[in-house]
Amino acid sequence: MADNGDNDSQHRVNEGDYVVLKRGDIYKAVQIQKKKKTVFEKQWFFLDNAVGELYGTTFEVVTGGTLQPRKPKCVESSADAKEAGTDNRNILDDGKSQKLTRDDIETLKEQGLKGQEIVQQLIENSTTFRDKTEFAQEKYIKKKKKKYENSVMVLRPSCRVLAMMYHGREPGKICHLRYDTLAQMLTLGNIHAGSKVLVFETCAGLVLGAVMERMGGYGSVVQMYPGGGPVRAGMESFGFPSHFHDTLHEFPICHVNALLAGALDTEAKDKDADSGQANGDKSNLTQTDSEKAESKECSPDTEDQCMETSTSTDPAADKEREEREKLREIRGQEKKVKMEEKRKKLAAAAAVLEGRNADGLVIASRFHPCPVLLGLIKFLAPSRPFVVYSQYKEPLIECYTKLREQGGAVSLRLTDSWIRHYQVLPNRTHPVLLMSGGGGYLLSGTTVSTDTPKMGPTRGEEPAAKRLKLTETTEG
Amino acid sequence: MSFVEYSEFIQEGDVAIIFLGHDSMMPVKVQQGAQTQTRYGVIRHSKDLIGQRFGTKVTCSKGGWVYVLHPTPELWTLNLPHRTQILYTTDIANITMMLELKPGSVVCESGTGSGSLSHAILRTIAPTGHLHTVEFHQQRAEKAAEEFREHRVGHLVTVRNQDVCKEGFGVTGVADAVFLDIPSPWEAVKHAKNAMKRQGGRVCSFSPCIEQVQKTVEALADEGFQEISTLEVLLRVHDVRSITLPLPDFGSDQPLETPTDTPVPSNASVLCKTTTPPRDMAGHTGYLTFATKPSV
Repeated sequence: MADNGDNDSQHRVNEGDYVVLKRGDIYKAVQIQKKKKTVFEKQWFFLDNAVGELYGTTFEVVTGGTLQPRKPKCVESSADAKEAGTDNRNILDDGKSQKLTRDDIETLKEQGLKGQEIVQQLIENSTTFRDKTEFAQEKYIKKKKKKYENSVMVLRPSCRVLAMMYHGREPGKICHLRYDTLAQMLTLGNIHAGSKVLVFETCAGLVLGAVMERMGGYGSVVQMYPGGGPVRAGMESFGFPSHFHDTLHEFPICHVNALLAGALDTEAKDKDADSGQANGDKSNLTQTDSEKAESKECSPDTEDQCMETSTSTDPAADKEREEREKLREIRGQEKKVKMEEKRKKLAAAAAVLEGRNADGLVIASRFHPCPVLLGLIKFLAPSRPFVVYSQYKEPLIECYTKLREQGGAVSLRLTDSWIRHYQVLPNRTHPVLLMSGGGGYLLSGTTVSTDTPKMGPTRGEEPAAKRLKLTETTEG
Repeated sequence: MSFVEYSEFIQEGDVAIIFLGHDSMMPVKVQQGAQTQTRYGVIRHSKDLIGQRFGTKVTCSKGGWVYVLHPTPELWTLNLPHRTQILYTTDIANITMMLELKPGSVVCESGTGSGSLSHAILRTIAPTGHLHTVEFHQQRAEKAAEEFREHRVGHLVTVRNQDVCKEGFGVTGVADAVFLDIPSPWEAVKHAKNAMKRQGGRVCSFSPCIEQVQKTVEALADEGFQEISTLEVLLRVHDVRSITLPLPDFGSDQPLETPTDTPVPSNASVLCKTTTPPRDMAGHTGYLTFATKPSV
């Protein structure tokens, strides 16, 4: 959003905001609620003092569990030009160099010593500290700081932060989608404001949220979902303004075939007051729902009837009966309203999909990608990108092969992304020791028209066939 | 057509991407009466392109055919005329996410170069964001501005022909994100900090050499930037292949009864669908260093 001069308020934390807490490389998504205890990295505290502060502020957790904004003082004055050794040839690692015991440290913590002070105590009580090289001393201080610091940074949620959080905390929930792979998906899919994007994901709503962030509330997103309802927890963590939700539709995949065949009827023909009437329409949804409504209505009725027959003349019971009937009516009305809302939503989503002119398709799920892709690609306009993520390579090989056979897509590419972090310090620059082993695979491509051109002779070969210049004795 | 909005039909003045076959494409400026030569024959713009849908198959004069695609920043990156070494989609994708770019973002970039990243940024920040891009080479700056106009994104970008290390980006306190792809990024860190919003923002520096990275990280730390992180990303491509592997013949496990004249032919083989890596791959483009400007 464009910045209005010096108006800070959109950069400050408000109550009810969705934020992300950060310490080092650990992230956690929470909602700011006053007087509610939050747990993060084995510490309990209240987020109340974060309200009104700028996003990106670092806080100290003080005794009592409250947050205090940390003053940006001149840090690192502790590592003065004190004594240091030249190498570790005489340093014995016998586990006895630290004189403070665990209990001692606990006592210091209870006394309310800040993280930095505890680290200072550890340095002073270490017999080998002054023999370490300067580099080793810095490394030691960094390590202890990480263990004993109690600072928390409050961040605005974003795709970057949430993708790293999910990948670090709960990769299983997002099919082990690594954040750089997600970045590739958003770019290869040309996700941008004003387009119409279809998303099918079982990544807790993270992919959906990422797509919505890149659309900025413009255009529309249709979330295709398996099962009973769409999962959106990850998307909620983005904390989008409410108008973003107006652009979001959902469509259950169990109706995809009906929609493609033109057999999905989203009009409830019978506006009868009796919700139990079976409408003469073809839509499974309204039928099963009305049946469900009927069966739910039935059981309390019969129960009440049983009770009523025994106490038919009691005026108090009569009044109770009246009230129960009123409640039943209200519940019945509420159910009808809900069903009507659901029907409207389905109709709206179907209307968006029917034109088969979507601008992009993003798939990232635990389902076999092949049928998902082949089914949903039909909703895309020609010359539009699609991206399919899979934790495994083989299912995407199948997708590739089937798409090649059926045509309608060009520039098919099966890729995976390799990422490496670096430690950059004077005379100590090198890649970080631990590296991510894998972040999943992507199949991307662009749709093309499947109509034959009106003019010119038609041949059976696709342009792709012309490229074959086999250097191996294998079939292409 | 525009690079920030899809349209259905090809019109005069559009840029279209002609897809000739596997990894073979070319950009085309659509004009009434114009013609484009391809290896499959001639494409006549007025007859074959204007009024057709993007994504259609177009038959050329020699009988071969091509597809006409709607331009995207990704296709542009693969087809644009190089005036400098460019950034490719893999790096661009990570830069976009790590700088937290989205509609409405205000971004400062230097150097503009050939405009590869610029187009991707414009696509992401449209319709309400703005890109301030600085290029110290006059002709490149002019060419970039011209291309932005032709691609109908001129309203989203300001090109400045100046030296970012000396004069900065030309704006202060407005940027959500700053991107540096210059020989001496450490000299521009202060300017990057000034260009960014007071309340904070993200910065990225792209450098091929590790020495540049070291100097830049030091400069960022000195200016109080936080969350300084350096990484590199590479894309591995997997070529899908059907391969036939012959099975070995270990002979029969029954003793021979009578010597036969014709040996039993054993041409058993197994068909596998698998992938092979290409012979070469991009091993290094540059190191990406990201940092956050803390709120004051």
